[in-house]
Amino acid sequence: MPPVTLSHPHDPNDAPLVEVRGLCFAREGRVIFDGVDLTIPRGRVTAIMGPSGTGKTTLLRLIGGQLVPDAGQITVDGQQVNRLKRRELFELRKRMGMLFQAGALLTDLSVFENVAFPLREHTHLSESMIRDLVLLKLEAVGLRGARDLMPSQLSGGMARRVALARAIALDPMMVMYDEPFTGQDPISLGVLARLVRHLNDSMGLTSLVVSHDVHETCAIADYVYLIAEGRVVGAGTPTEMSASPSPWIRQFMQAQSEGPVPFHYPALDLITDLMQEGGA
Amino acid sequence: MSDWFAAWGRQGLAVLIRLGRAHLLLFDILCALPALVRRPGELIRQVHSVGVRSLVIIVISGLFVGMVLSLQGYNTLVNFGAAQSLGVLVALSLVRELGPVVSALLYGGRAGSALAAEIGLMKATEQLSGMEMMAVDPIERVLAPRFLAGVLAMPLLAAIFSAVGILGGYLVAVGLLGLDEGAFWSQMQSHVEFYQDIGNGIVKSLVFGIVATWIALFHGYDAVPTAEGVSLATTRTVVHTALAVLMLDFVLTALMFNKV
Repeated sequence: MPPVTLSHPHDPNDAPLVEVRGLCFAREGRVIFDGVDLTIPRGRVTAIMGPSGTGKTTLLRLIGGQLVPDAGQITVDGQQVNRLKRRELFELRKRMGMLFQAGALLTDLSVFENVAFPLREHTHLSESMIRDLVLLKLEAVGLRGARDLMPSQLSGGMARRVALARAIALDPMMVMYDEPFTGQDPISLGVLARLVRHLNDSMGLTSLVVSHDVHETCAIADYVYLIAEGRVVGAGTPTEMSASPSPWIRQFMQAQSEGPVPFHYPALDLITDLMQEGGA
Repeated sequence: MSDWFAAWGRQGLAVLIRLGRAHLLLFDILCALPALVRRPGELIRQVHSVGVRSLVIIVISGLFVGMVLSLQGYNTLVNFGAAQSLGVLVALSLVRELGPVVSALLYGGRAGSALAAEIGLMKATEQLSGMEMMAVDPIERVLAPRFLAGVLAMPLLAAIFSAVGILGGYLVAVGLLGLDEGAFWSQMQSHVEFYQDIGNGIVKSLVFGIVATWIALFHGYDAVPTAEGVSLATTRTVVHTALAVLMLDFVLTALMFNKV
């Protein structure tokens, strides 16, 4: 089934920041992507949505060059990621921030040192300059007062905000968010969603949000891609997606249990399965 | 029957692949060592973590091993009228064999398992992936300093183990068994060679330090990023370190002390 593209994701005259063309990727014999095409425009918040287990996090790792596609190409800021040498890839990553699902804070460093980590590794700034920058980044996420805490003393939402401050420490051109809203209470969730949008607009970032939280993601995204069964099954603005008659899009956007995405993992007929168990 | 062969073949291939990955990791770690010049502080922190924190177990074990060695040695030597050579027996046993071997086994259990668990947990909590995405090489930043720290700490721990063991032997021989103090030390001084005995002991502990730390780092880095995976990595570290140290000890002893 061809994807339902409801509108173009970006101005055709403006070169997109990330382009994915004909992406194929399989792991342990299971096909995760089978000819995925995506365009991530500059300066926008683009959401990649889809049911759990469809490879959304894998897609971020492919864009970040941590995994290599079996076929197809991924271009970030004009550079084909899977053809870069290690040194070139690391140079590109300095301009990409990533917020991991669990935060991925270094547990032996304080909040301050975690945010200072990329600055210490990649710049030769003076200690006072690093201090000022770290405090500004922590102020942006509302955690300047928590700079002396250790990661174990932070709540899940605070840990993600610290990780976000670290992700923007080097003023990257783009930030990739891996399930930023999962497991958050309503307050943290709202704070995080507003932060993603606010930082994108105030810092001139390009944001790529991977999520399956429809409401929160649609509230901040400019454009949405829906992935299922290894393909893009729908794309459009949140308003277009909500109004789409496509059964794929409708099932996901309206959280319906029945539709093209089956509730049950593929298995034998229940009666046959039970009889086999009894026979054994 | 063919299934049996196929299963063994798969098992063998899996072992060879793991061995290949372990050697590639060692190569990457060795290539990353020169970069440590830029961060001596991290190396010092790791020497403290793997070395200084292992001191208590090394000192206590060394003391008791030396004391037991002295008691057992005396009971045998006295039958041949050679009790005055007890100091030589204690010293040679410790500097040639027990010092490097037992301290490497203790190091594997204390510092090696801790290293494997730490690296495995860093992997499971995406800290290593996070570093990669921040354009920081985890091998250079995390593994290389721990490797060098282990290699530096191991000979020092073995030397401390042997020194404390000799002291323990002395306490039992002179204090408990009433052996002549002068004979104890002078016999030791005249029969223990610096290069042949102490030097070879240092070489052994250096080799054990390389192997034990490499095994720990590999199992941690290669761990399946789950609680069970980290637990398995820790267990494998202790078991593989013990086997590797004991087997290597035979090979090194044959090369160093075989006069046939």
